[in-house]
Amino acid sequence: MQIRSGSSQNIAMPAPADPMLAQPWCVCRIVRETDDTFTLELKPQNRSGQMNFKPGQFNMLYVFGVGEIPISISGDPTQPRILLHTTREVGAVTRAMRQLKPGDVIGVRGPFGTAWPVDESEGADILIVAGGIGLAPLRPALYRILSRRDLYGRVVLLYGARTPADMLYRRELEGWRARFDLEVYATVDRAMSGWRGNVGVVTTLIPRAPFDPSSAVAFVCGPEVMMRFTVDELLKRGVQPHAIYLSLERNMKCGIGLCGHCQLGPLFVCKDGPVLRYDKLADWLQKWEA
Amino acid sequence: MMETKTLEQLLAESDFFRDLDPAYRQMLAGCGRNVVFKPGEYMFQEGEPAHEFHLIRKGKVALQIKVPGRGPVTLQTVQDGDVVGWAWLVPPHKRQYDARALELTRAVAFDGLCIRSKCEQDPKLGYEFFKRFALVMAARLSAMRLQLLDLYANP
Repeated sequence: MQIRSGSSQNIAMPAPADPMLAQPWCVCRIVRETDDTFTLELKPQNRSGQMNFKPGQFNMLYVFGVGEIPISISGDPTQPRILLHTTREVGAVTRAMRQLKPGDVIGVRGPFGTAWPVDESEGADILIVAGGIGLAPLRPALYRILSRRDLYGRVVLLYGARTPADMLYRRELEGWRARFDLEVYATVDRAMSGWRGNVGVVTTLIPRAPFDPSSAVAFVCGPEVMMRFTVDELLKRGVQPHAIYLSLERNMKCGIGLCGHCQLGPLFVCKDGPVLRYDKLADWLQKWEA
Repeated sequence: MMETKTLEQLLAESDFFRDLDPAYRQMLAGCGRNVVFKPGEYMFQEGEPAHEFHLIRKGKVALQIKVPGRGPVTLQTVQDGDVVGWAWLVPPHKRQYDARALELTRAVAFDGLCIRSKCEQDPKLGYEFFKRFALVMAARLSAMRLQLLDLYANP
């Protein structure tokens, strides 16, 4: 596996001028992805506004009068004037977010955190393993890789969802599947008789996925238990621990490593993560209280 | 001209049998036969006597249980290189679920009665079989546990 120098550290991005000050962004539209997930499309309120971000980073989104939550950026990094955030309707803030209308204004702080080592992995096979809504933070990495496709070896996307109806970005998935330079394998945990695809957890796709473990870099995002078992399968397949990157979700508040809400052992997930190299957090993944 | 492989060659190329003693592979080939299932066709059904197991050469098979009011629920799909069926090895040798081809599926069907009697006579062969099937069962159990956790559900 060849990762260019500097990749032993995750890529820390410069913080915005005043990281605690939310900038106003307008809601363009809200796209329903599945029963309980939606994508918020935002554009800057002023003409010159934009946000340069790297795949894997997140923003703090503030619904005025309700609250602020961290959501990973799921759009194309080459389009800094359009911010996409896919999230699940799960609490007061996301419920309020779902009720927003085009033209409404939302506060955005960011981008925060580390990024997938996309540019540093040139020359390697890329294995992307996503579970459920974990596909959202990985989509910008895939956009970036596909925009410079000839710089990589094999690119494989393994995607697991609860049911066929719970799969994110269905139309886009079909488009990716139709490409000759990208291998896409999807599986669901539950399906009725009409489903002709795979049934089983996403880890079952790893043993026969077409990539060279000795030259592969794996990007993994999903529920933490899924990531643990995915790592086990990747290691079994021969992928090196330092070539496995995970994106963690924690209770991020300040976004700049001050408040400590997202602390995981010696790490602040908002600042040292959310994308972390497996060998640096292996000990902490097994501790349920962390 | 299309190359026709013998069963013994197929076994030697399969992950499941590759490292088995060649003498055993030769013997096993004598207990196997090529079978084909059309899409929608059952490989076997729940409750049937389990006299065989299958090694899928090419295709996809859904392991299903019929649930009243819900129809057949797919628990898992298996495909090229996977082994289907372990009930032939474990009493009461009765199928626990349906196996139904989702696409044209070519497989090798092995006579479980024949292999069981050979395993009884040759404990080393029996141990080799139990080692291999224990791995299959452990992997399926582990996958099923994860499915039971319903990891992607709304918390």
